[in-house]
Amino acid sequence: MARLFLSPAGIFSALLLSLLPGLAAAQEKPYFVTYSHDLEEPGNLEVETKTALAQPQGSHRYGATASELEYGVRAWWTSEIYLDGETTAQESTILTGFRLENRFRPLMREHVINPVIYVEFENITGADKTLLEVVGHDGQSDLGEPNSDTRQEHEHEAELKLILSSNLKAWNISENFIAEKNLGHEPWEFGYALGAARPLRTLGSGKPCMFCLEKFTAGAEAYGGLGDTDSLTLHNTSHYIAPIVGWQLPFGRFSFSTGFGLNSNSLDRVYRIGWASELPQVGSWFRSSKGGTR
Amino acid sequence: MIARTQKFLGYICLTISFSLLLCAATSSRWDRIPEKDHARVNPLAAHSEAVAAGALIYRDHCAQCHRSDASGDGHKKPALRSERIRSATDGDIEWFLRQGDLRHGMPSWSNLPEAKRWQLVAYLRSIQ
Repeated sequence: MARLFLSPAGIFSALLLSLLPGLAAAQEKPYFVTYSHDLEEPGNLEVETKTALAQPQGSHRYGATASELEYGVRAWWTSEIYLDGETTAQESTILTGFRLENRFRPLMREHVINPVIYVEFENITGADKTLLEVVGHDGQSDLGEPNSDTRQEHEHEAELKLILSSNLKAWNISENFIAEKNLGHEPWEFGYALGAARPLRTLGSGKPCMFCLEKFTAGAEAYGGLGDTDSLTLHNTSHYIAPIVGWQLPFGRFSFSTGFGLNSNSLDRVYRIGWASELPQVGSWFRSSKGGTR
Repeated sequence: MIARTQKFLGYICLTISFSLLLCAATSSRWDRIPEKDHARVNPLAAHSEAVAAGALIYRDHCAQCHRSDASGDGHKKPALRSERIRSATDGDIEWFLRQGDLRHGMPSWSNLPEAKRWQLVAYLRSIQ
């Protein structure tokens, strides 16, 4: 597993973490798969890593990391780029591709249910194991194939999500409906992700602290595939439920979850570790250099 | 296949265009505060720790745009020591924090628990 940290994604993550002194805590929910309607504050740049650790049945353990840069273009528009990589024990450490993602809030007011439109382009190989979404008939058998074979499969995919999200009584409840299309001759694949999370204490304590309850968020998410246009059935799909916990630190947010596979097509366990930090008002750095408003 | 891809890209363009149109159709938030929100009073106003807690929330979430002394940037990020805040009710400010003004760059802070928004209101009142 140590080789993961020598992968390009691992080195990238280490560089980002070296920026710690200038970073601030990221504000989004500690979900790994589910999206809420939280967008990046305009002008802020969030750096985030999401690592999935698992062992498919009859195959080797792996660790896959998605490193992400997320920029708040507008208060209603967030743009992201991901760089994915993975290490499989006794196989190899490889870069598995990139993703470009945009999220838009079409409604400018806060409602009981808030829609967000998500559009993503993926240029990844079959060796990508980050499990940022589960769609179609994805299963653990896809994750158990050797890197030497799967890295030859190049996938250009478009992904659309309808994100519905509510903040109610300190709870966030989010539902994501996913449609993914390989731009080659493949059917549309569908999936879902559901999440609920809440801070352990809703009242600010009035003094700086790291271990007080208000700094922790707990919840759960569930996600899985819903088949594809050729076979719109739950047969041979995989599903997971994962308790999550997030810890807000002065310079970032740490998050952790253990996902439990709910059927034989799913991985038994997926451990996920995440880190997110924000570089505040990156946009104003450039404006001030031109004699702007700062 | 090309036709299907073009159709798919067409749907994406339509979706984005629709989003942009909706964004352009909204106006100033302060003019649209519902009466019941306008009339609300801060339930934490009498709590001794509310201002101190609000100051920490301000430091974590607001200072990066509105500056640590709430003086703003003189441009899109307004000063928060202002007549606008002084004349607003507690309910107006809490509503504005919850709703944001996405069109003009103010994010919604509905992801903060309501109690923390009221603590922030207490802090903003204290610095006027």
